[in-house]
Amino acid sequence: MFFMNRRDILVFAGFTILVLTMPIWLTPTGAAYPALMQTFAIYGIMVIGFNILFGLTGYLSFGHAAFLGVGSYTAVWSFKLLTMNAIPALLFAVLLSGVFAVVIGYVSLRRSGIYFSILTLAFAQMCYSLAYSVLTPITNGETSLQLTLQDPRVIDLAFTERGSGLPVPNLFGLPMTGLTGFYFCAVILVLAFFLAQRITNSPFGMTLKGIKSNQNRMDYTGFNTRPYTLAAFVISGMYAGLAGGLLAVTDPLAGAERMQWTASGEIVLMTILGGAGTLFGPVIGAWLVKYAENIFSAFNESVLHNFFSFLPDGMEEPFVWVAALFVGEGWHLTLGLLFMIVVIFLPGGIMEGVRRIGTLFRRRPDTSDGSAVSAKQQPAE
Amino acid sequence: MSKLKGGLSRRKVLKTAGAGLVTAGVAPSIFVRGAWAQEFCNNPTGDTVTLGFNMPLTGAYADEGADEQRAFELAVEHLNGGGDGGMLNTFSSKTATGNGILGKKVTYVTGDTATGSDAARDSARRMIERDGVIMLSGGSSSGVAIAVQGLCQERGVIFMAGLTHSNDTTGKDKKRYGFRHFFNAYQSGTALAPILGEQYGTQRRAYHLTSDYTWGWTQQESIKNATEALGWETVETVLTPVGAGDFSQYITPVLNSGADVLILNHYGFDMVNSLTQSVQFGLRDRQANGQDFQIVTPLVSDLMAQGAGDAMKGIYGTSNWDWQSPDEASQAFTKSFGAKFGQPPSQAAHTCYVQTLLYADAVERAGTFYPPEVIKALEGFEFDGMGNGQTLYRAEDHQCLKRVHAVQGRENPQSNFDRLETVAVVERDVADFDASLFGGELGPYDAAAC
Repeated sequence: MFFMNRRDILVFAGFTILVLTMPIWLTPTGAAYPALMQTFAIYGIMVIGFNILFGLTGYLSFGHAAFLGVGSYTAVWSFKLLTMNAIPALLFAVLLSGVFAVVIGYVSLRRSGIYFSILTLAFAQMCYSLAYSVLTPITNGETSLQLTLQDPRVIDLAFTERGSGLPVPNLFGLPMTGLTGFYFCAVILVLAFFLAQRITNSPFGMTLKGIKSNQNRMDYTGFNTRPYTLAAFVISGMYAGLAGGLLAVTDPLAGAERMQWTASGEIVLMTILGGAGTLFGPVIGAWLVKYAENIFSAFNESVLHNFFSFLPDGMEEPFVWVAALFVGEGWHLTLGLLFMIVVIFLPGGIMEGVRRIGTLFRRRPDTSDGSAVSAKQQPAE
Repeated sequence: MSKLKGGLSRRKVLKTAGAGLVTAGVAPSIFVRGAWAQEFCNNPTGDTVTLGFNMPLTGAYADEGADEQRAFELAVEHLNGGGDGGMLNTFSSKTATGNGILGKKVTYVTGDTATGSDAARDSARRMIERDGVIMLSGGSSSGVAIAVQGLCQERGVIFMAGLTHSNDTTGKDKKRYGFRHFFNAYQSGTALAPILGEQYGTQRRAYHLTSDYTWGWTQQESIKNATEALGWETVETVLTPVGAGDFSQYITPVLNSGADVLILNHYGFDMVNSLTQSVQFGLRDRQANGQDFQIVTPLVSDLMAQGAGDAMKGIYGTSNWDWQSPDEASQAFTKSFGAKFGQPPSQAAHTCYVQTLLYADAVERAGTFYPPEVIKALEGFEFDGMGNGQTLYRAEDHQCLKRVHAVQGRENPQSNFDRLETVAVVERDVADFDASLFGGELGPYDAAAC
C-alpha cells in the first residue's frame, strides 16, 4: 500500500518545486511578499484538507472555517500560556480541532446531502457566535485575541528573562516571520499534500470515493460507511486546524471573523473554482481567491489612472470608471464573475480546463482520472 | 519493501525528498536575507517616501473610511506643496516646506480593513512588506486599531491611529509605536455627564445597547460611571454584534425594562440603524417613570447624523471636532477640504489629516525617518493650530489632550451637513485624566529590521 507510481512522484515533485519557488515566479504578479505567500501556503493546506472530505466523499461541509478558528485560538493560547515555539502550538491546534471535528462530525454525518451541509453550517455559526460574544473571556470577541506583555508563557519564562517587547512565534529560536515563516508553511504544505496524495491512493481513499459514487449501494452490501466518513471529516477538520494554527504562527492574532460562514463559503468556492476531487485544483483555487482578495482589493483609482494612462485623454476616464467597479472594494464582483464563468463553462473547475487543453494536444481522452468522471455524473452533490 | 519501476525504494524517495526540502527551504532565505537587511524597516532610500492608509472601505464603518481616504489624499497633496496648504498655514510648528517630508516626495498606498481585524492585519502586512510603508495610519474601529497597532510595534513601523475611541487604544493596549490624536470614551463621559445632568436631571434609569468589542465595552463603562456619579441608575447593559443591521430585537425589550433613557454605544451604520429604529419604535414619544423618554449617543459624527437624518434631532453626544468651529485652523481645513471634495470634512477626516501632518512634522523635527527618534519627537509635543486649541501629545500614553466638543442634533438644520451643533466646548484641563488610569505598557523603542 506504500507504493508510489511514477505519475504520483512526478505530481508530488512538481508541486514541491512549484511551492518552494513561489518567491521567484510570483514576483511579476506583485504577490511575492511574505505575508501573502504565507497565506497562499496556509490556505493551500486548508483546501487540501477540505478536498479530502468534499472531493473524495462528496460530503459538502459549509462549516470548515470553524475548525480554522479553533486552531487559531488554540495556537494563540499556547503562545500566551506556554511557549512561543510553533510546534506545541500547532500540535494543540490540530488536536483540539480534531476533537471539535469528532463531535460535530458525529452529529452531522447522521444525515447526508443538503441536510449535512446545513448541519455543519449551523454548527459553524454556533462556534462563531460562541467566539464572537459568549466566550469573550477566552476569545476576546470582535477585538480579537492578541499577545500581551504580561502573558504568563510559563515554559519560555522558565528558561529566559521576559524581554521588553512582544515576542515573535519561533521554531526553536528561528523567528517565524517574513520568508522564514513562508518556508515553514510551505514545507508543511508540501507534507500535507504528500499525506493527501497517500490518502487518496490508499484503500481508505478508494472507500471514500466509493461513498461518493453511491453510498446506498455500499450500505446495502453490508459495508458500514459511517466510520469512514467520520474519519474523513476528522482528518479534514484537523487539516483546517493546522491551517488555523499556522495563521496564528505567522501572525499571532485570532479574530472571530475568520470563523464566519462567509469564510466557510470561501473555502467551498476555492475548492470548486480549482476543481473538487483533484489534488492540485483546490490549491490553485485558493491561490486565485487569495490573490484577488489581496491584490485587486488594493487597487485604487490612482493605480488605475496609471494603468490606463496610455489611452488618449477622453478615453481614460470611462475606462477607469468601469475598471474601478471591479477592483478596490469591488473585488468580490471580479471573483463572482470568474466563479460564474468557471462553473458554467468548466464545471470541473480550472483543472478541467487544464485537462481539456491537455487532451487537445494529446488527441486522446484522458481516462486515468476517474474522479472527474464521477463528479460529472453527480452534479447534485 | 516494494520497489518502483525505476528501482527507487520508498525509503530512498523519502530521504531524497527530505534532503531536497531542507536545502530548498533554507537556501533562498540565505540569499534573500541580505537584501532585507537595512538600518530599520522600510527606510526610504529613494526620492520618495511611502505612507500607508488602511481604512474601512466596506463594512459597518465604511462611510467614515471613505471620508478618511479623502483626508489622506488632501494631507498628501498639502505636504507635497499642492492646494492651499490647509492647516499647514495655521499649525504652530512651521517645519513644512511643501516639498514632501525631508525633501522626499510623499506617495501613498491604501488598503481596505473591511472593519475587521483579520483583513486589516492582512492589508497592513501587505503595505509594510510589499509597498514598504514607513508609517501606517487610518482605521475606524478600535478593534482594528489595536490589532494593527500591535503589528506595527512588532515591525517597527509607526502607527498614527485614525478614528479610534476605546480607552484601551492608549490604555491597556497602548504601544510605543502607536499614537492617537482622537479623544477617548472616558473624555466623552467627562464632557457629556454635566449636560445630561442639567437637561435630564439626576433621577434617571439608563439602558445601554453596546457594540460588542473593545470600544463598546470601554465606552459603556465610562458612560456608566459618569452617569452613575450623577445619581442615575443603570437598568441593564446589552451587547450587540457589530454590523447587526436590524436592532429591533434589542430595542423591543427596552420598552418594558423600566428605563427612561436609552444610551446607544454604537458607531457608523450601527448607530444609524439603531437610532432610526429606536425612533421608529416610538421610544422618544414615550413617557417612562413620569418623564419623557430620552436617547443619548455618546459618540456621534456628522456622517452618522446625516445617515440618521431627522432621528438625530435634539439628541446629545460628543465629537472630537466640529467643522463649524470658528477657529482659524478649522476654517482653513474646512475650506480646502470643501474646495476639493465639495463637502465639509467629518471628525474622522479631521483626525486622519492632522495625524498625517503631525507625523510629517515629527520627522522634520527629528531630522530622520528613524522611528525611535520620530517617536521621541512626538512624545510630549505641544502644538496649536490644528482645530482643537492648545494640544499635548502626552508621552506616558501617546494620547492627545485637547478640547472636546459636546454636541446636539439640530432641530432646524440648514443643510444635510449641518445636523450637529456644538453645545459646549470642554476645555483641555477639564477633559484631562490620569495617564495611568487605564494601565498598559508602551514597550520598547527599538527599531526592527524587516
